[in-house]
Amino acid sequence: MTGQAKRILGIAVCTVLLFVGLGLYIGLYLTNVPGSVAATTSSSGTHLYLATVPAAELSDSHPTWVSYYAVDANGSNWRHDTTYVLPANTLVHVTIYQYDGDSGLRNPFLSQSQGTTGGDFTLNGKPTRAIDPDDASHIFAIPNIGLSVPLEGVPATAKNPCANAPCTLAQDHETISFSFRTPGRGLYRWQCFVPCAAGFIAGFGGPMQTVGYMDGYIKVV
Amino acid sequence: MKREVNHWRRFVLWWLVTSVIGTLVVVLVLAPGMPPGTGTVESSGQVFDNTVLLGVSTPVALAVVVFFIYAIIAFREREPGALRDGPRVLGDARIQTWWLVVTTVIVLFLAVFGTIELEGNGAGGGQGPNPLSKPGKGTHVLQVQVIAQQWKFDYRWPAYGGVETPNLDIPANTTIEFHVTSLDVIHSFWAYQLGVKADANPGVDNVAYVTTKSPMTFEVHCAELCGVWHGYMYDTGHVVPQTQFASWIAQQEKQYAPATKSLPPYALHYFPQPTRRGG
Repeated sequence: MTGQAKRILGIAVCTVLLFVGLGLYIGLYLTNVPGSVAATTSSSGTHLYLATVPAAELSDSHPTWVSYYAVDANGSNWRHDTTYVLPANTLVHVTIYQYDGDSGLRNPFLSQSQGTTGGDFTLNGKPTRAIDPDDASHIFAIPNIGLSVPLEGVPATAKNPCANAPCTLAQDHETISFSFRTPGRGLYRWQCFVPCAAGFIAGFGGPMQTVGYMDGYIKVV
Repeated sequence: MKREVNHWRRFVLWWLVTSVIGTLVVVLVLAPGMPPGTGTVESSGQVFDNTVLLGVSTPVALAVVVFFIYAIIAFREREPGALRDGPRVLGDARIQTWWLVVTTVIVLFLAVFGTIELEGNGAGGGQGPNPLSKPGKGTHVLQVQVIAQQWKFDYRWPAYGGVETPNLDIPANTTIEFHVTSLDVIHSFWAYQLGVKADANPGVDNVAYVTTKSPMTFEVHCAELCGVWHGYMYDTGHVVPQTQFASWIAQQEKQYAPATKSLPPYALHYFPQPTRRGG
């Protein structure tokens, strides 16, 4: 093989390797999307069940981070996903099992529910419109459709609190339920507004800034 | 004998012709349709300012472009070896003087024009806690507090019992005094079509004025990179007839009465206590 042929072969091999590398990078980027959980639809309507915990599973890459989880109606089958798939223009019934203690709101205005059907939510079965801002543990809000529901914290005196996901309904928790009508198809973000990220400046770092913990997407299809 | 071409005269002629046409097109056709539109007194002022600036800069830009094109055409090498280096270029006091005079006049004009325009009504910009450009005495001003936090804007109305609302509807033909602040990091309240842009700093009261005209819809965006959902920090506001505004704000007062009870007394900025978690 002549010197020139060797050079051409070398350039060809490098070019192929470069394009394969680029293709792998782009392919992995495109396929690495967060997992999602779809709402369940039955004769009683469309339901979404969620849970909030003071800390993720011990096996999580951030086991000390506060987080939302998707669960089933019995509060089991925990999945660490924060992209929720909902049908468009549909009344969705949301139930959140809240296992975390309170952190308090920076803006007390968010202590009142907004955008729910009837303007209310139920806290442990009791119709409620607003809670004490200091008792708020988290918020479930979809700002661009005007939905915001405060989640009351488990009292500090709780006898059987849950430290890390997954938790059971036998442990101390608050049950928050509400309904809202989904908008047209599209991708919306949801987030918590309580500065609940322990150990971060003003409680706004880490899980508050990372999709997959205290925020995520509502994919309306 | 071949007549020597006066390139300077030719270039000036071309520049004058293109400048007159270009400036007229820019000033009369393009600039008036530029953002942010003419929905408020401030946004109209910004369109006027941009029109003047474009009108001044068009001949300058055309001087560069026309000379560039003229040089490519006139000084191209028509046959190989035809072009040779010319004599050394020495200083020309006349050109240098003109250059200094013209550029100085343009820069000073822009400085004076910009200062006068800014001083007039603040141009919709945040003026800090002690604004220099205020509405005239006797002007009825409606105060609206803009409270930014990661990642939404809320609005508080001291003239209506301190109620806070998640949406912004403001009355037509009214001067609004925005007081912009933040509860956490630095945001920026940018009500695009209103021509208002004011930074939202925690612990700071940033005042901006706008005088509305007719009913319209406008967008509110955060214009300061503020975290993971910065790109989603937007909403839509409305300028509505005054009667409609009166019924809207009354309805908001009623709807958000439970939350209003929990709000701290109205203040120009807030320092929420460190949270139990965040510290």
